[in-house]
Amino acid sequence: MTEIKKMTIVEAINLALHDAMEADPTVLILGEEVGDVQEGGVMGVTKGLSTKYGEDRVKSTPISEQAIIGAAIGAAVGGYKPVAEIMLMNFIAVPMDMIVNHAAKLRFMSGGQTGVPMVIRTMTGSGFSTGGQHSDYLEAWFAHTAGIKVVAPSTPNDAYGLMRAAIDDPDPVLFIENLPSYWTPAPFTKTIVPIGKAKVAREGSDVTIIAHSLMVTHSLAVAEKLAADGISVEVVDLRTISPWDRETVIASVRKTGRAVVVHEAVKQFGIGAEIASVITEELWGTLKGPVQRVGAAYSAVPFSKPLEQAHAPTPDSIGVAVQAALA
Amino acid sequence: MSNYPKPDAATLLEIYKKAALIKQNDERVIKQMMAGKLVMPYYSPRGQEIIPSALSVSLTDDDYICTIYRGIHDMLAKGFPLDALWAELAGRVTGTCKGKGGPMHLTCPEKGMMVTTGIVGSSMPIATGLGWAAKLDGKNRVSVANFGDGAANIGAFHESMNMAAVWKLPVIFLCQNNLYAEHTSIAYSRVVEKISERAAGYGMPGVTVNGNDPDEMYGAAKVAIDRARAGEGPTLIEAMTFRFNGHLLGESGGYMDKDLYADAQTKDPMPILRARLVTEGIASEETLKAIEADIDARIDAALTAAMDAPFPDLAELKRDVFAEEIA
Ligand SMILES: Cc1ncc(C[n+]2csc(CCOP(=O)(O)OP(=O)(O)O)c2C)c(N)n1
Repeated sequence: MTEIKKMTIVEAINLALHDAMEADPTVLILGEEVGDVQEGGVMGVTKGLSTKYGEDRVKSTPISEQAIIGAAIGAAVGGYKPVAEIMLMNFIAVPMDMIVNHAAKLRFMSGGQTGVPMVIRTMTGSGFSTGGQHSDYLEAWFAHTAGIKVVAPSTPNDAYGLMRAAIDDPDPVLFIENLPSYWTPAPFTKTIVPIGKAKVAREGSDVTIIAHSLMVTHSLAVAEKLAADGISVEVVDLRTISPWDRETVIASVRKTGRAVVVHEAVKQFGIGAEIASVITEELWGTLKGPVQRVGAAYSAVPFSKPLEQAHAPTPDSIGVAVQAALA
Repeated sequence: MSNYPKPDAATLLEIYKKAALIKQNDERVIKQMMAGKLVMPYYSPRGQEIIPSALSVSLTDDDYICTIYRGIHDMLAKGFPLDALWAELAGRVTGTCKGKGGPMHLTCPEKGMMVTTGIVGSSMPIATGLGWAAKLDGKNRVSVANFGDGAANIGAFHESMNMAAVWKLPVIFLCQNNLYAEHTSIAYSRVVEKISERAAGYGMPGVTVNGNDPDEMYGAAKVAIDRARAGEGPTLIEAMTFRFNGHLLGESGGYMDKDLYADAQTKDPMPILRARLVTEGIASEETLKAIEADIDARIDAALTAAMDAPFPDLAELKRDVFAEEIA
């Protein structure tokens, strides 16, 4: 619990990997360009690790996503704790068989004889004009698959704490990093953040926003703005998308009576549908209005700037949904 | 091939014992299925007995193998416990996977059988990861990836052979070429004559052997295993063979060349090896009969125990999804 300084998410994840590798010799890293010869990748998240822990434990791979995830699964089944990087979330479509049919299911199909204690780190987020194949949020694919946990931190603190917890988790964890918020410094305290626990990021009494990743930052901005108009918004940061913390979410909405679920992924069939549905089932009769959902438009992420900005939720569009919930 | 090591008399008898177990077990499974006492998809390994038998005599329980839906021969050769095997086939709680894996997902870590997959081509990336774990363990273990000729056309085959070669991992890529992938003859899926030629593209040795010949198969496997244990990296072995019962038990095999099938039957490796043991004076007819009777008795016992065992409790649905049960 030592207050260090301000940190960015990139630095926090790097520190988490360092600390985990130091604490446990079975922690391994693999992925494209993760080694120091390649400068720890385009974003430098894994910088310094191969120099410190050696190229046996930190392996830069060929561009072979199926082999990367397969090797991580094999190493995990063989007693290690690999952290595999898939450079960008869209590329996760390539090793989908390895993740969905193998990592997520080996424990169940083996009747608990084998487990897959691995982490898949991946980055995404729109806002860099990268178009349709480099910025999607695909968390719902994995939340829909039994056997894999899905986490998405919104702060450097959570990035550190969730990464440490994910590495020590006995099951596969998909760790989604938001690129646009990578370099925003924030106060940092070294703590472990348990998987499956949401956080009330801001207390309020009129309406609850449930969000994760960059959408938490947007939601907090909205809450700040609405406070000036006398509207009290509570913001719940999911932190773990699957298994999600129903207790914290339900307690908050029970208190406020109104809910807005926000995610950057496409709204249709997104995780907001599940969360809204459970809130409705649990709190029917006490809700003051229908649960609102905010998500991206039903299209690929567009290139053209105005279209890209209109595609994903913004503080403005979240504000509109909050007003609708209050109406 | 002439400079390959040859199995001595005792090893040859050992190979026969394993192969006979596989053959008799297969016959019993089919009998049970025909009688309607076992209901499952079954991919008979009949005809491919020699391959894993001649391989496994050079492996220990510490060595890893990954195999596929048609892999009961690989498992029995490596020592998969009969009782737990039959119980799993019958979907009973006493099965290795508590009845939750079934014939396509048999697992038995204490015998090194880490993953059985129903997804064509997926055994290779995971076996590669186990090879990485084996190398880190420093215990001279090897990791064997079993797959068919059809699987050699999946991207993951190329990715993992390349990665294993670049990382010099102790992996044996064992392609059991039975000339057909489901209903498709190899003639439709490659232009090179031998799948083993592809090894050259990854800078590793590639050999094609008659997998039904215990001398050739033992020799090629021994050389590859010794090479892997010595830290010299992976080998691709293409073991030529034939499957006598078609792809999925019950299909008619109308896509098969009739002459080819008839010719293969005259080359059934089981009676050939059996006769050889007698002519070379390695085992008498009486000894072989006793061995076979003993196998039958063990199968009888396993079958009876399996059928008497209970089905898994419905609570098993929620267990082993994660290490910790989640509501
Ligand atoms: C990725 C994938 N595609 C298709 C199938 C359906 N399928 C099951 S077995 C098979 C043929 C595989 O042949 P081969 O690799 O030669 O192995 P064999 O069955 O001959 O041992 C196919 C296409 C599958 N299980 N997985």
